[in-house]
Amino acid sequence: MTSDERWIHTPPRHSATFDAHAIAEIHRAAATGIYDIRGFGAKRKVPHFDDLLFLGASISRYPLEGYREKCDTSVTLGTRFAKKPITLKIPVTIAGMSFGSLSAPAKEALGRGASLMGTSTTTGDGGMTEEERAASSLLVYQVLPSRYGMDPDQLRRADAIEIVIGQGAKPGGGGMLLGQKISERVAKMRTLPQGIDQRSACRHPDWTGPDDLEIKIIELREITDWEKPVYVKVGAARPYYDTALAVKSGADVVVLDGMQGGTAATQDVFIENVGLPILAAIRPAVQALQDLGMHRKVQLIVSGGVRNGADVAKCLALGADAVSIGTAALIALGDNHPHLAEEYKKLGTVPGAYDDWHEGRDPAGITTQDPELTKRLDPVAAGRRLANYLSVLTLECQTIARACGKSHVHNLEPEDLVALTVEAAAMAQVPLAGTNWIPGKSERGW
Amino acid sequence: MPTIDLGAVPLRELNAALHALPADTNETHWKVINPRGKHAIAVGLDVPVTVEVEGSVGYYCAGMNKKATVVINGSAGQGVAENMMSGRVHVKGDASSAAGATACGGLLVIDGNASARCGISLRGLDIVVKGNVGHMSGFMAQAGNIVVLGDAGEHLGDSIYEARLYVRGTVKSLGTDCIEKDLRPEHVKDLRRILDAAGLPDVSPTEFRRYGSARRLYNFHIDSIGSY
Ligand SMILES: Cc1cc2nc3c(=O)[nH]c(=O)nc-3n(C[C@H](O)[C@H](O)[C@H](O)COP(=O)(O)O)c2cc1C
Repeated sequence: MTSDERWIHTPPRHSATFDAHAIAEIHRAAATGIYDIRGFGAKRKVPHFDDLLFLGASISRYPLEGYREKCDTSVTLGTRFAKKPITLKIPVTIAGMSFGSLSAPAKEALGRGASLMGTSTTTGDGGMTEEERAASSLLVYQVLPSRYGMDPDQLRRADAIEIVIGQGAKPGGGGMLLGQKISERVAKMRTLPQGIDQRSACRHPDWTGPDDLEIKIIELREITDWEKPVYVKVGAARPYYDTALAVKSGADVVVLDGMQGGTAATQDVFIENVGLPILAAIRPAVQALQDLGMHRKVQLIVSGGVRNGADVAKCLALGADAVSIGTAALIALGDNHPHLAEEYKKLGTVPGAYDDWHEGRDPAGITTQDPELTKRLDPVAAGRRLANYLSVLTLECQTIARACGKSHVHNLEPEDLVALTVEAAAMAQVPLAGTNWIPGKSERGW
Repeated sequence: MPTIDLGAVPLRELNAALHALPADTNETHWKVINPRGKHAIAVGLDVPVTVEVEGSVGYYCAGMNKKATVVINGSAGQGVAENMMSGRVHVKGDASSAAGATACGGLLVIDGNASARCGISLRGLDIVVKGNVGHMSGFMAQAGNIVVLGDAGEHLGDSIYEARLYVRGTVKSLGTDCIEKDLRPEHVKDLRRILDAAGLPDVSPTEFRRYGSARRLYNFHIDSIGSY
């Protein structure tokens, strides 16, 4: 070997384990001493609805005419105990997102868009704003561990009540709203000093466990004279047992949120490493309802990474009654839009990757309390965009349902589906495409 | 005076009857007999009436109360007067955990002891406990006052925000970011107001020590990491 040859290297080779992101995170951690906090949902790839396909009609199944034959999309929620169940015209509802994490015009826009389509919106941590109540024909009021803004008058003004046990992005975690977003109005609504970094409780202050939850639900029903549907929202962790316990506790509706579900602010490590992908959670939840004879009597709403009408149809085919959207709704309002590329660049990011929703500097005026930025969002125009998007979700879902021969989107069923991967086949409990093999199917059926 | 026998009348009817009362009702004094530890008695009231419960109650009695006076001639289960907004709740016996949780206004008086997490996430209510309070009382309390004539258990005022804690007896230990603070004249005055409202004119405010937030954890700082 000549002395020159000694210095010839193989080309630079990146480690699959220590990839660019892992290395950047180590540098960031070493520089700052604090974990990364961000918004959005899990960004890692997990088995998802893309891994499922519908079979469509064939000789043994006949389809419905696309534009002529009816394919109903309505969903009634709260038929178990509530004197006044609510009916959504479409099987898509807007998830709970707090005023505080979102600007007042963004909350109003969500209400406007949902109302145009005959569906509901949901409050969030920090209570109900007048804007969203006025803009939402159907508004679900969340009862969260923090109880920020919890007010019996607002409870009475709500159309349904949602007790939040957990969120898919952070099952077992509490809320977080950093100082930049604790404006005077937000602070007042939450009875907190302005500008503090709010870390809210992860457990409810006045109950623990399913036996207590049952009593809490009774209290809320008594306060509202048994009128309103009571939902229980859980992050996807132990969906079979959580669903069974929610039913046992007296819920009218179970809301199940998968790990890809959005958040306004959570530790990245939490978002990416805790909880189940929604694909893996729906069947066990449905199984619990079926085992208890409660499927379709207690309704199931699922969320976490729903993007298009095919996703909606797949959730329904797996047994859900409706889906809920957070991230997609914000995107429909204008979040991460390419026309903001210049502004995102100033924030060190690009359209499509912006996730610093906790910082309150959102150029789209959605995840901010900054008065100037907030003004950028026109609630009427943004509401219209959301309505358009919800309309497309519904039309797409109907397109698939009709192709499968269904006169109601609820008639979609697991038999209509196959999976492209072994993992998805196991999680969704549908056969691997072209086979009759459902991996891991036990005698219990799940 | 309307008397409701919960041994015979379903709870739902009691609460519905109380909710149906107009603000200017003449039926201003109600008696509830045979509560037998039932949960959610007299919840969600929104009128200035008095409801007297003859016996002990289960969870969430007087929950989310507004304007009404609820007197419990017995002990109360978990979460008595939770999220109360205004009015007055008086427990003649002891109270279980989370008494006055997240409550925003009014006065809660407990003649006996209150268990763990009394005044958890408090948001403006005044609580007077004539006996002792259990561990983690005043946890994350945001506003309002907790006045304890007896002793306080472990981790008093853990992660407290702007609520004020006054204890006449001993404190087993203080929670994270909770410290003893000076009892200044404005506190003596405020304490006098609360004690008078609770019918304790003979108790002197100066016998109490005051505890509250050191405000060291209001904004995240890397050097505080060991405190979380
Ligand atoms: C900005 C933002 C704020 C949120 N705030 C709340 C909240 O206050 N309470 C809650 O239960 N969930 C909250 N969530 C979670 C949503 O309710 C929902 O579970 C999730 O967004 C659904 O998943 P998806 O974003 O993939 O559609 C929030 C989500 C986002 C994106």
